[in-house]
Amino acid sequence: MAEHESTFPVSENAPSGPEQQQLPDADAYFTLGDPIADTKAPGGPIEARWSERKFGAKLVNPANRRKLSVIIVGTGLAGASAAATLGESGYQVKSFCYQDSPRRAHSIAAQGGINAAKNYRNDGDSTFRLFYDTVKGGDYRSRESNVYRLAEVSANIIDQCVAQGVPFAREYGGLLDTRSFGGVQVQRTFYARGQTGQQLLLGAYQALERQIAAGTVTMYAKHDMLELVVADGRARGIVVRDLTTGEIETHFADVVVLATGGYGNVFFLSTNAMGSNVTAAWRAHRKGAYFANPCYTQIHPTCIPVSGDYQSKLTLMSESLRNDGRIWVPKSGEDTREARDIPEEERDYYLERRYPAFGNLVPRDIASRAAKAVCDEGRGVGPSGLGVYLDFADAIKRLGRKAVEAKYGNLFDMYAQITGEDPYETPMRIYPAVHYTMGGLWVDYDLQSTIPGLFVTGEANFSDHGANRLGASALMQGLADGYFVLPNTIADYLADGPFEKIDDTHPAAVEAVTEVTDRVQKLLSVKGTRTVDSFHRELGQIMWEYCGMERSEEGLRKAIGMIRELREAFWNDVLVPGSGNDLNQSLERAGRVADFLELGELMCVDALHRRESCGGHFRAESQTEDGEALRHDDEFAYVAAWEFTGTGQQPVLHKEDLVYEFVEMKQRSYK
Amino acid sequence: MNITLRVWRQAGPDVEGHMETIEVPDVSEHMSFLEMIDVVNDRLTLEGKEPIAIDSDCREGICGTCGVMINRQAHGPVRATVCQLHMRSFTDGETIDVEPWRADAFPVVKDLVVDRSAFDRIIAAGGYISAPTGSAPEAHSTPVKKADADHAFDAATCIACGACVAACPNGSAMLFTAAKVTHLGLLPQGQPERGSRVLNMINQHDEEGFGGCTNIGECTAVCPKGIPFDTISQLNRDMLGALLRGE
Amino acid sequence: MATTTISAQRRALRSTVAKKVIMAVSGLIMVGYLLAHMYGNLKAFSGMQAFDEYSHHLRELGEPILPPSGALWIIRVVLLVAVVAHIWAAVLLARRSWTSAGVNRYETRRNRRGIQRTYASFTLRSGGVVIALFVVYHLAHLTWHWIEPGGSSPSPYGRLVAGFSVWWVVALYVIALLAVGFHLRHGVASALYTLGAGTTATARQVIVVVSIVTSLVITVGFLIVPFSVLLGVIQ
Ligand SMILES: Cc1cc2nc3c(=O)[nH]c(=O)nc-3n(C[C@H](O)[C@H](O)[C@H](O)COP(=O)(O)OP(=O)(O)OC[C@H]3O[C@@H](n4cnc5c(N)ncnc54)[C@H](O)[C@@H]3O)c2cc1C
Ligand code: HEM
Ligand code: HEM
Ligand code: SF4
Ligand code: F3S
Ligand code: FES
Repeated sequence: MAEHESTFPVSENAPSGPEQQQLPDADAYFTLGDPIADTKAPGGPIEARWSERKFGAKLVNPANRRKLSVIIVGTGLAGASAAATLGESGYQVKSFCYQDSPRRAHSIAAQGGINAAKNYRNDGDSTFRLFYDTVKGGDYRSRESNVYRLAEVSANIIDQCVAQGVPFAREYGGLLDTRSFGGVQVQRTFYARGQTGQQLLLGAYQALERQIAAGTVTMYAKHDMLELVVADGRARGIVVRDLTTGEIETHFADVVVLATGGYGNVFFLSTNAMGSNVTAAWRAHRKGAYFANPCYTQIHPTCIPVSGDYQSKLTLMSESLRNDGRIWVPKSGEDTREARDIPEEERDYYLERRYPAFGNLVPRDIASRAAKAVCDEGRGVGPSGLGVYLDFADAIKRLGRKAVEAKYGNLFDMYAQITGEDPYETPMRIYPAVHYTMGGLWVDYDLQSTIPGLFVTGEANFSDHGANRLGASALMQGLADGYFVLPNTIADYLADGPFEKIDDTHPAAVEAVTEVTDRVQKLLSVKGTRTVDSFHRELGQIMWEYCGMERSEEGLRKAIGMIRELREAFWNDVLVPGSGNDLNQSLERAGRVADFLELGELMCVDALHRRESCGGHFRAESQTEDGEALRHDDEFAYVAAWEFTGTGQQPVLHKEDLVYEFVEMKQRSYK
Repeated sequence: MNITLRVWRQAGPDVEGHMETIEVPDVSEHMSFLEMIDVVNDRLTLEGKEPIAIDSDCREGICGTCGVMINRQAHGPVRATVCQLHMRSFTDGETIDVEPWRADAFPVVKDLVVDRSAFDRIIAAGGYISAPTGSAPEAHSTPVKKADADHAFDAATCIACGACVAACPNGSAMLFTAAKVTHLGLLPQGQPERGSRVLNMINQHDEEGFGGCTNIGECTAVCPKGIPFDTISQLNRDMLGALLRGE
Repeated sequence: MATTTISAQRRALRSTVAKKVIMAVSGLIMVGYLLAHMYGNLKAFSGMQAFDEYSHHLRELGEPILPPSGALWIIRVVLLVAVVAHIWAAVLLARRSWTSAGVNRYETRRNRRGIQRTYASFTLRSGGVVIALFVVYHLAHLTWHWIEPGGSSPSPYGRLVAGFSVWWVVALYVIALLAVGFHLRHGVASALYTLGAGTTATARQVIVVVSIVTSLVITVGFLIVPFSVLLGVIQ
């Protein structure tokens, strides 16, 4: 283990030890701290752990709940469901989002579906199988206890949503329909046409609005969280900017929950909403919350390719398309014919060829990397050469156009609208894009971060998906956290409250507000020559190039240097027009980009130190002979939780070892 | 292609606004309308001017954030959200007039951004099914006819963009309200609150200052989600029923 | 949630939707009246005697259960209530929509006509005013006898023929009935939607046909008489 104690990452075959580091840029990227552990999950049989934890957790008497206040930042599936549930239980809840309505949270965009171990199909599904698939899908980098709990409550989610009136797809018999999704051989995915996230979110949003009307939840839409207030060792409040008036406000509570979503926008181009950001999580990180596995990002294989350098975001085509669409490129890179004119024998259905058992349904990371590989070989299609065909000709022949239309009509329309091409006639063109971030703030089994009183749910935490997330599992996790997990575990913390009242005059609050106002002032006063977006775009290019689908030691080192320079340039040369006293969208973005510029570096450091390929993280140096990912369980079977020490300073790595008692670790194989 | 934008500029809620003309050269037809505005905004920023305030988030037609009047058509010439509108829908040399949604219930915040929180309050008034967390019965205990489920889904796809209000000559939010009333009213789970739901939502709708619907149908013609006109009749029917039954 | 059911009821009775129901019911009552009125007018083709008898018969309708002219008065009262309610609701809704949407709400001159709006829906309010003015004129002539274009006559038939022999009287009727036609093209369909009849696409198609037929029947049915007089078919 000597190697692990070194303060900087060294390549596999380089001799280790500080004295060997002569490269000029080989400053120490991080230091190693004490290991950490999740101390809340009980041991024993995995089926009993969640019940046991719930039983062991302290309860709050209903009469006392009114005296306890909760701040929840984020109104996506994770935040809205938690706010509604906690409001209903009688706590005083304050809910925040940056959009003009809680219903517009990014969860609204999820298309494909939500998993649940209902076994309605009698196809051998079970809680254990969902647990197993998730651990395996996560490439053995997630916690068994958490994942099992997720699988366990998944069935309740469907019940809850149906009761709320979520219009899931149904069969003629009136019962719920399910389909298989993303590399899984059972049909456990519930869906509402291509708008599952929307319907689930509206269910949670409506429950939230009900509580708002009842007075248990106060909603603050168009409020951007810019700082966390940690007073006397506990998270006690937040500093927000009212995006319409520009006013900086403080809000206090007994506990703070972050449900602020993922940070995929660090890549500038991603399938995330324009406003998706890391600011809330990053500010908490700076205040002491560990950031876990930041390098684990998921690249989704089926997105609409980039069309020009003005491109502002990428649009996902639901993965369910891979159930019936076949992916191919021409065998020869020189082929310039229209797709329909290329005869069958001159097409390369490369996924079916390389992965006969799973074919087009291999997990996302494999499908994405394979697409990149064929494009790198020069066989990509479309004007940019960065695209592969997703072809429905066979499906239309087999099922009829009507059936295909019924299943995918809205996705086809969306594609046609964006590209101006008709996917019924010519195959779609797709290319991978950043889609989901498995990393996030470190939390224990109770979803509590390393700052007491700061809980983190949904995509913002790192908890359940390991190094790679299965399709249709993010929605499940968001709702599991919000409806069923957090409301139980947060009570254990709140049972010790209410905590001593604090207000604006508390030094911690004063400090947090000053930090925010200083930052806003600083951003406005640089008055440089480059727009915020130009920095964001450049950061995105660096991240995509060096910390995207494939990472290498050399590339990552280079990227870290580039990001540092870019960050410096940003603070010297950014141009933010307008003032801080009203709606100023450039200012909003500037603050977010500033945080991305810090996060990007940490992602690269994390990617650099993890000298293995696992899940969404593919290290060029760690592959098998035939180019598949090679994991190193002996060295890297841990969660990397990073502690912040200062901008541009070495972060401290805390390892949480992962122990597998119920699932045997295997190299993934989808051959 | 080159275009001329005439765009509504209004510095704040209580300030007079005006149309400003901006020439936009070298527009790619593959750009979305919002990407074209991004480019304009970058330029304005570099010229030391204030960029145009316009809201968007998902940019894939589902969050309902974006939404402006383009040539007096809500969301512009294509029946989709503004983020899904591409410049290929315009012609070279065209002048494009862009204005915010206008309705008494949607005050302008800045430039093209309006406040649509009235929608949230309509939902809060009754647009839900009371199903406290954890109390739900097994999902398969209540089968729903596929036709009803599909119809409910069609109504449930509303994204609260507000185009219906912006297009309605009466400034009515009846289509938005009706979509939710229909979605929940068609499902067995929604029956217990069906009467009170429609009454409370309509009361809130009126309180917010939306106009009354006179069945003109402009709303359905611009609705990016194709919420059918039937929903308005359904709302009327539910409302009459609730009034007659004295719910 | 915010309101109890009782007060929700009470508030809902004053809502825009409730006012529309009032418009719809009163409008349909008027449509019913117009259909009957039109049928009566067509008696003019059977000659003076038949027409005058019919006019007289109206006054005897329901006797001896009702006093003389009883039925007529019942009809008049119902009609008057409908007219008043209709105008009252129309004024409130129109005023509300002017505050909700403003009159010239967008700066641009493009697409002022909307996307699919029928002309009929455009002229609802202005057409309504035209109809109201016409009815005042119409009553002044044929019921109250305040004015007597074309000369006076003791028989209703005579007054009618005398009036329609004047071209501008006929012109007035043409304008009024075009207004009525457009009003009903939108109004009948609208009333049926308001009463909850349009919940399927098929139902809506049927309703559109019904409204077009109704408005055509009424417009043409009424206009036959004045034109017949003007052209000398009826003398
Ligand atoms: C296009 C697309 C399709 C997807 N499809 C699927 C699918 O089919 N199945 C599946 O399981 N998963 C899918 N996912 C993933 C899934 O949608 C997300 O992981 C999940 O919805 C995240 O939910 P959340 O509640 O954690 O966060 P979000 O829904 O992202 O919500 C974040 C909330 O935090 C608020 N917020 C953020 N920052 C701040 C701040 N600084 N201040 C104040 N508020 C803030 C926002 O306003 C928002 O309310 C998809 C994702 C994308 C992008
Ligand atoms: C006397 C003058 C009249 C005026 C000022 C008038 C005005 C209006 C207006 C403004 C509307 C639209 C309702 C709204 O704004 O919601 C309307 C609707 C209607 N009118 Fe009239 N109208 C008049 C006479 C008539 C007559 C004579 C008839 C029938 C013969 C009639 C039948 C209808 C019907 C059926 C509707 C549809 C009701 C609905 O929208 O639900 N109206 N009228
Ligand atoms: C060519 C068309 C019409 C003819 C020939 C006609 C004829 C008449 C006559 C003869 C009367 C007097 C009946 C009597 O007092 O005995 C009358 C009354 C009346 N007409 Fe008409 N009419 C026509 C069109 C209309 C229209 C279009 C309307 C309404 C929009 C209308 C509304 C009325 C009303 C309200 C009365 C009063 C009924 C009463 O006295 O109770 N008429 N009409
Ligand atoms: S009904 Fe249609 S137009 Fe109106 S808010 Fe909903 S989606 Fe938008
Ligand atoms: S356009 Fe307006 S009048 Fe009614 S049918 Fe639509 S709300
Ligand atoms: S930005 Fe979300 S609908 Fe257009």
